[in-house]
Amino acid sequence: MNTTSLIEAVRKHFPQAVSASHTFRGDATVILRPEFLLEVARFLKEDSGMRMSYLMDLTAVDYSAFGKRPTPAFFASSGVAVSPSSEIPDENPWPGPPGEARFAVVYHFFSVAHKHRLRLVIPVNEAAPEVDSLASLWPAANWLEREVWDMFGIRFRGHPGLKRILMYEGFEGHPLRNDYPVKKRQPLIGPVN
Amino acid sequence: MPIETTDLAPRSNAADLETRDMLLNIGPAHPAMHGIIRIVTKLDGERIEEAEVEIGYLHRGFEKMAETVDYNGVMPYTDRLNYVSPLINNMGYSMAVEKLLGITVPERCHYVRVIMSEISRICDHLTCVGASAMELGAFTVFLYMIKAREYLWELVEKVTGARMTISYCRIGGVKADLPADFADLCRKAFEETRKVLAESDGLLTRNRIFVDRMSGTGIISAEDAMAYGITGPFLRASGADYDVRKDNPYAVYDRLNFDVPVGTRGDNMDRYLVRMEEMHQSMRIVEEALRQIPSGPVQVDPQTGHAIPAAEMVDLAKVGNIEAISGDSAVTCPTLEGSGRAQHASIAADEKRVVLPPKEDTYGNIEGLMQQFKLVMYGHGVRPPKGEVYFPVEGANGELGFYVVSDGTANPYRVRVRPPCFAIMSALHKILTGDMIADMIPTFGSVNMIGGELDR
Repeated sequence: MNTTSLIEAVRKHFPQAVSASHTFRGDATVILRPEFLLEVARFLKEDSGMRMSYLMDLTAVDYSAFGKRPTPAFFASSGVAVSPSSEIPDENPWPGPPGEARFAVVYHFFSVAHKHRLRLVIPVNEAAPEVDSLASLWPAANWLEREVWDMFGIRFRGHPGLKRILMYEGFEGHPLRNDYPVKKRQPLIGPVN
Repeated sequence: MPIETTDLAPRSNAADLETRDMLLNIGPAHPAMHGIIRIVTKLDGERIEEAEVEIGYLHRGFEKMAETVDYNGVMPYTDRLNYVSPLINNMGYSMAVEKLLGITVPERCHYVRVIMSEISRICDHLTCVGASAMELGAFTVFLYMIKAREYLWELVEKVTGARMTISYCRIGGVKADLPADFADLCRKAFEETRKVLAESDGLLTRNRIFVDRMSGTGIISAEDAMAYGITGPFLRASGADYDVRKDNPYAVYDRLNFDVPVGTRGDNMDRYLVRMEEMHQSMRIVEEALRQIPSGPVQVDPQTGHAIPAAEMVDLAKVGNIEAISGDSAVTCPTLEGSGRAQHASIAADEKRVVLPPKEDTYGNIEGLMQQFKLVMYGHGVRPPKGEVYFPVEGANGELGFYVVSDGTANPYRVRVRPPCFAIMSALHKILTGDMIADMIPTFGSVNMIGGELDR
């Protein structure tokens, strides 16, 4: 399926679930309401037109600093220098981060049978950072979700063993959140067990 | 005195005997764990009943660091993901950012990238097969394969100026063109590599010890492999033929003829055979690409292009003597050979907002100097539009994907890499369970675990 018909198929089956969609640079992207994730994922895996055999990637983005990062060079906007190459022309602009939520959990699916890719984006609020786990559908989600928990502090409902994977038990904070300073150091503790 | 005869019959049923599971901790400091993996196994005799794989010992915060530098500044970090085949990482990252920017590179540049990443793939497979053969006692094969890798790394060094952490790609191009005698050097290196592959094939493929340890161990079915997100040679040994180069062709792979070797049993032996065949296919790709590559001005002809030191060129340009230097090439550092004005158009995209100018322009005229400064000054640099892209390439271990989010500033907002061996490692406990403890060595060797990309 091409990108538009992929999005249309998801929209047709789950009219309430899809809150937005776009095809920036040819990547079919569907932004979902969190409560429909499991249903849509099962549909993506089992529907004969979809057949998403792969959960290729699962990650998150912390959008809390989006558009708020300071421009490091003071003269870049002072009128002395022309702002360089800020917008290379784009006929199909990206609609921006999904809504007001701080985080977005991003899934990349791929179908070996149909050779198509689809990106699902789930906005996640800072107050209750929790989404459903896909580990029951794709075992690949197990470690990927552990990594998202480790790096962003987003919990996955129904995950078989949500614990840190890259950092150690006892590490404080979630390093890929924007409020975690790049240069922050923590004492490396010994093995717990 | 009569000798007391030993009663050889079992005294009781085996079921009544007391059995105790043993916990065995392997790694992280264990030579077969390649340094940085810990596997906690529960053993019943020598059989692995349960295994728990622990990773993260080499976590350097690649994704966090990528948010603090500009787009070209991420390139050296990508070298250090899969440090055995850094060119493929370079290519994946730069193609992801090029997709975000909406630019394409010249055809010759595509070919150069394909050639270099196939050479890297051979290096990667040589390392993997050589190291896992060594762990099974075949030390000679390891030395042979490292010898072949050395020939290829010399080739890589000739092109990029470095052997491992090469940072060869740039957003919108590559650092420098291929040297003039590249095709010859490549032919010679491949000759040696083919010899080594034939020798190693003779030493391993029908070797009783090797075959006994490799076949029938570490089995995973294609369905399981897909469910765990496994791609690359590890998947193809199980019978599925998914290859990003064939199924989502990028660069110029759709114009090149090559076969995707596929196994049937999904065991260590098949993975070894798939990797051996992939090396031959990669050489075939490089040879065909070298035939197809559109000719560009390869290296500056030393007879015609007058090479003068860069500082001299700057001095001449300062006094406005542009005519005197217009046909000259600047002698900069030796690793920038092949990036002169003559080669620039064929290795870099025609987009002044993204690509650094050739050094002759930087030193020789004000437009070039401004273009350079606009890209390298603090707070300036490549600024893609706001957006998010995912771009997969076929890494040596499988699908290597880069997911890049831009907020329109000079630093990437988020760079995520999908490391191919992360998926394999997440399935490792399942592959190991039921095998003997000695089978762990070939199985783990066939994963080709690269700590840099696994832990990032």
